[in-house]
Amino acid sequence: MLVQALNRLVVFVLSLVAASVLVFAFMAVLPGDPAQIALGVSATPESVAATRSAFGTDRPVLVKYADWVSGLPVGDFGSSYVSRTDIGPQILDRVQVTLWLVLSATALALVLALPLGVLAAARHRSPSGAVVSGLSQLGIAVPSFLAGILLVTVFAVRLGVLPSGGWVPPAQDPGEFLRHLVLPVVALGVVQAAVLTRYVRSAVLDVLREDYVRTARAKGLSPLRALARHAFRNAAIPVVTVLALQVATLLIGAVVVERVFVIPGLGSLLLDGTANRDLLLVQGIVMVLVVAVLLVNLLVDLLYTVIDPRLRAG
Amino acid sequence: MSRPSRRRRALAAGALVAALAGCSAGSGTPESSSGAPAGAAPSTLAVGLAAEPASLDFTTTDGAAIPEALLYNVYETLVKVDSDSGEVVPLLAEDYKVSDDGLTYTFTMRAGVTFSNGDQLTAEDVVFSIERVKSDAWTVSLKKAMAVVASAKATSPTEVVVTLSEPSNDWLFRMTTRIGAVFSETGVDDLASTPVGSGPYAVKTWNRGDSLTLATRADYWGEQPDVSEVTLRYFTDPTAMNNALLSGGIDVIGSLQSPESLERFSGDDRFSVVEGTTNGELVLSMNNARPPFDDVRVRQAVRHALDHQAIMDTTYAGYGKLIGSMVPPTDPWYEDLTGVAPYDPVRSKALLAEAGVSDLSVAFRIPNLPYAVSAAQVVSSQLAEVGITAEIEVLEFPARWLDVVFQQGDYDMSLISHVEPRDITIFADPDYYFGYDDPTFRSTIEQAGSADGEKYVDLMRQAARQLSEDAVADWLFVLPNLIVAEQDVKGLPVNRVSESFDLTGVSRA
Repeated sequence: MLVQALNRLVVFVLSLVAASVLVFAFMAVLPGDPAQIALGVSATPESVAATRSAFGTDRPVLVKYADWVSGLPVGDFGSSYVSRTDIGPQILDRVQVTLWLVLSATALALVLALPLGVLAAARHRSPSGAVVSGLSQLGIAVPSFLAGILLVTVFAVRLGVLPSGGWVPPAQDPGEFLRHLVLPVVALGVVQAAVLTRYVRSAVLDVLREDYVRTARAKGLSPLRALARHAFRNAAIPVVTVLALQVATLLIGAVVVERVFVIPGLGSLLLDGTANRDLLLVQGIVMVLVVAVLLVNLLVDLLYTVIDPRLRAG
Repeated sequence: MSRPSRRRRALAAGALVAALAGCSAGSGTPESSSGAPAGAAPSTLAVGLAAEPASLDFTTTDGAAIPEALLYNVYETLVKVDSDSGEVVPLLAEDYKVSDDGLTYTFTMRAGVTFSNGDQLTAEDVVFSIERVKSDAWTVSLKKAMAVVASAKATSPTEVVVTLSEPSNDWLFRMTTRIGAVFSETGVDDLASTPVGSGPYAVKTWNRGDSLTLATRADYWGEQPDVSEVTLRYFTDPTAMNNALLSGGIDVIGSLQSPESLERFSGDDRFSVVEGTTNGELVLSMNNARPPFDDVRVRQAVRHALDHQAIMDTTYAGYGKLIGSMVPPTDPWYEDLTGVAPYDPVRSKALLAEAGVSDLSVAFRIPNLPYAVSAAQVVSSQLAEVGITAEIEVLEFPARWLDVVFQQGDYDMSLISHVEPRDITIFADPDYYFGYDDPTFRSTIEQAGSADGEKYVDLMRQAARQLSEDAVADWLFVLPNLIVAEQDVKGLPVNRVSESFDLTGVSRA
């Protein structure tokens, strides 16, 4: 158990180091000079050179990397080329927004996908099962941003019942916060629910064919009770795996959906940062995303052992 | 049918504004804040704009978004550009005099002006602000326009005397831009997030990535604006901005980014469309420094090959104004130069033959901005008609375009809008990406700088004409200023001739 935990920790740290090298390398080869962009069309060669040295982008690559990476463990991401303010607080601000989106969308996906997936599996031979299957197929085919545009057109522009975009922090006005949250969460969550429904369906179908379920039915348990008692736990392992992958997908999906709904989250900060070649900012955000994904994976590994006691020994 | 939906929109807007203002009303009583018809309640306005300020400090951060929000609204200048006539008119200065040699400017200050931090604005603050531009505190390259100032002195609490090292017509105009903003000596500690100015509005809240809210202040020296609170909301995506107006999230689209969507609003009686001009000349640049465009005949051939009206119809739905040189119609030395190189494919082919070029193929490197991409396609197909192959290469803006075209000058032809006011002078810089190195043009611009009145305008006109005759570039048209607003919003800045989105005259009927 302890060895296992240590192993995981080492892998976690090594992944972080590898990610930092990759992220830094990508940014380093990206064409475009942050100093030139900051000064725009009124720049002179002298002012560009001066700005470069103010930014520190004229230093050797290894020095820049060491400088950047040494600050990360203590949350020092450096300061933005564009706003000249510390990056850490900026990211923290935006993370709070994106976290609301991703968590709410995940919750929505689960709430929709679990019953629907089970229904589709339990009734896979009946029309209702086929309808759920078909709808989930459609859901997979529609990308979140398109769903977002359609939702805005219908609910904001035509019906006028919900705002077309924007963000109100929950502390400022909880009611408005919820109104602004609905459409983006639906756009993100429903698409994820469609994907998840398919996995729940096939996982449950697999389990339903197992001997122990047949035995449970033979004992006289109703199909639902057999499912609840014996099938759920076993079906949960593949579903949790997919869910973990989906959280990563959601973080990426949020980038696009934030654009459509004009939400000041991590995604819009990332896109603006990339356009302005605000390299330190982009590096910082990507590292935060990497940490998030690695943490989710770690959490899932731990969840496996909770769901399936057999994995605890290994 | 439209009545309930309008009320709903008003409620939503009211609730949103209340939310942004941080009202502690909980569920709120939107009826009271939804712009009551009696006009007793203070009125609010939400304006959608495209580019968000990266910081609120234009002394160290460049970019049009900061002065767009703050100039004239939060910061004031001694003099201002009149948006109708393009003339320089007094603002914080009640009056100003220029000595006969053009070297000494005497400004008489308005009395009773205060900053938003409560301090009195005196002549000392003006001197402080001018000297600050010249110091290292200012880092943006625009500061070089202040280099011509030899000294600034407060001769009394209400009088400032500025001495120039050489006569300059340009200097007074530049004082209407952000470098002329008057700061408080005690209010420059946190410019990036707490601007302190003498304008009718002060920054109330700034939600980064979302909006900037300006509110009126009680002790403003001039007339109180009709709208007591303005929220500037930022949209990177034009469709999102259109949807926000259609669903009541905003009341005004400050500058329409997608002219093709104009039809959606012009047919809707809830909205009015305001059309004016800007300083944005859409410049089809040709690299004068290398073949084939080092030959004036090839450049002229390009100009004659283009049907400018067709380009404007396709890319901006016919909005905009054809120009023919680097001068927008609102500048004092504007004249219609579209006749210098009219659409004439036959003449174009003749010029190419005279220059001895055939099967010409050029690198057409454009930024990935919507207007540039759509205009470039029309330009390219029109050039094909006369036998010029313009191979379009789309570069990411700003990073790649600035690097390849602007910095390295590695291009034959490009296309971008130059939005800076009175920017004809960029052609006088031989190192600029146009590669135009002409002593006659340079000396005309130089003489104009110190010439007085009439002579100044004449010389500038002469310079503009030379550019057009030399076919240094082609000027497709001046971008229109398109504002879409709810019917009751009046007094929006029709012409965008300054760096500011001037809210001071806006009212809600």
